Amino acid sequence: MRYSAITLLRNAFSGNRLWTPAWRDPEPKPGYDTVIIGGGGHGLATAYYLAAEHGVSNVAVLEKGLIGSGNVGRNTTIIRSNYLLPANTHFYEHSLKLWEGLERELNYNAMVSQRGVLNLFHSDAQRDAYARRGNAMLLAGVDAELLDAEAVRAMVPGLVIDDARFPVRGGLLQRRGGTVRHDAVAWGYARAADGRGVDILQNTEVVGMRIERGRVVGVETTRGFIAARRVGIAVAGHSSQVAAMAGLRLPIESHVLQAFVSEAVKPVLDTVVTFGAGHFYISQSDKGGLVFGGDIDGYNSYAQRGSLAVVKDVMESAVALFPRFSRLRYLRQWGGIMDMSMDGSPIIDRTPIEGLYINCGWCYGGFKATPASGWCFAHTIATGAPHPLNAPFRLDRFASGAVIDEKGAGAQANLH
Amino acid sequence: MRIPCPYCGERSREEFTVLGSAEAERPSPTASAESWVVYLHLRANPAGVHQEFWHHTHGCRAWLIVTRDTVTHTVLAVTPALDRARAAA
Repeated sequence: MRYSAITLLRNAFSGNRLWTPAWRDPEPKPGYDTVIIGGGGHGLATAYYLAAEHGVSNVAVLEKGLIGSGNVGRNTTIIRSNYLLPANTHFYEHSLKLWEGLERELNYNAMVSQRGVLNLFHSDAQRDAYARRGNAMLLAGVDAELLDAEAVRAMVPGLVIDDARFPVRGGLLQRRGGTVRHDAVAWGYARAADGRGVDILQNTEVVGMRIERGRVVGVETTRGFIAARRVGIAVAGHSSQVAAMAGLRLPIESHVLQAFVSEAVKPVLDTVVTFGAGHFYISQSDKGGLVFGGDIDGYNSYAQRGSLAVVKDVMESAVALFPRFSRLRYLRQWGGIMDMSMDGSPIIDRTPIEGLYINCGWCYGGFKATPASGWCFAHTIATGAPHPLNAPFRLDRFASGAVIDEKGAGAQANLH
Repeated sequence: MRIPCPYCGERSREEFTVLGSAEAERPSPTASAESWVVYLHLRANPAGVHQEFWHHTHGCRAWLIVTRDTVTHTVLAVTPALDRARAAA
């Protein structure tokens, strides 16, 4: 069913009885051309672009739970492409361009809202660093504006500018950045992929990998063996476990990142603001709740829950920027498991095993990358070689030394 | 999460700083480049029992080896890192 104003009206006047399921619930076939492990945003996007861009539709997406129940449904929904290093700038800008055309392409309302992303700075040195980043973005054809304190004051009411422990000196603004309704991204890609013949197999957990003479021939699942000529892994959070099934050890640690939502209030914040004197980001959802988060907890974790020390730190940052938010109650808080890579950048590449491809290491920036990640991963799987956009995100860059360390923190996963 | 420091007793996680995995053995300075890549960058990253270096920053300032379950956050054992260093010497 193609969604339009007419289908909406027809259902509105017929008690919503004419809607059909957005995707099928098929039985697994004995084999597929390509199997994607992981029914999150990246896996579903990969399946969609395999079918849409490369004509590969004999594809199954295997998801151990329900699609969208992992990190694509657990993030703070921010999209942006304000990176300094060329590999990142070009890759994330491609992603942002795909976001801009996504709803039309998928025929699905993902509530893409380009409300701007404002990175605040609080010192002269930080202004220089942000000006440099803004210039790098402009050189790559990405939009960036350096605002002074007065412009920030006019743009974000309620923000403490002068009378603060870390007074705001200005900000780097990317107007094309913003937020997207995260669940709708999973649902939109799932529906569009399904419409092109991709089988989405929910409650199908991969428990083993079958490899013969250095070549992948299929996966063992809780619903039996599924043969495949090519297998793509897109299971950020648990990449190490799935890669271990193929005997691979990854440059990744799993860490927990918390996110928070306040009670719903009337519109108070119409952009995304990040704090430069701490690690903190905040926006307001269309439902009215403030959505915010900060640092990872710092220790390896698969628990999907964090500690109070970080909760306190995040709340302190929130109130330092917006004292008025101290009177809000926070409604919900949760944790998601991040693939923290050793240089803070992702991996989209082939593996030493023929036919096996990997997409992992998204740290806590995977959501905004969803379209480009799927697009590049599909290209890599379909053609057997990376696209120039993801060629720098190699699995072996840690051995070759060509790391992409945006933060300059070194091989210390919990500092990225 | 609370960590029983062998010198100070059970203390809040907020007193400690975590460095990371204590599972890999540091290669000798003359070891091959490959073994240094493995040591520096590759991780077993287990969902379960994991050995880590923690520093009791706001306490006795000792380096500790904490054995912890990464799925439940249960702390299973804590020993001074000095013991391991002495055993290796």
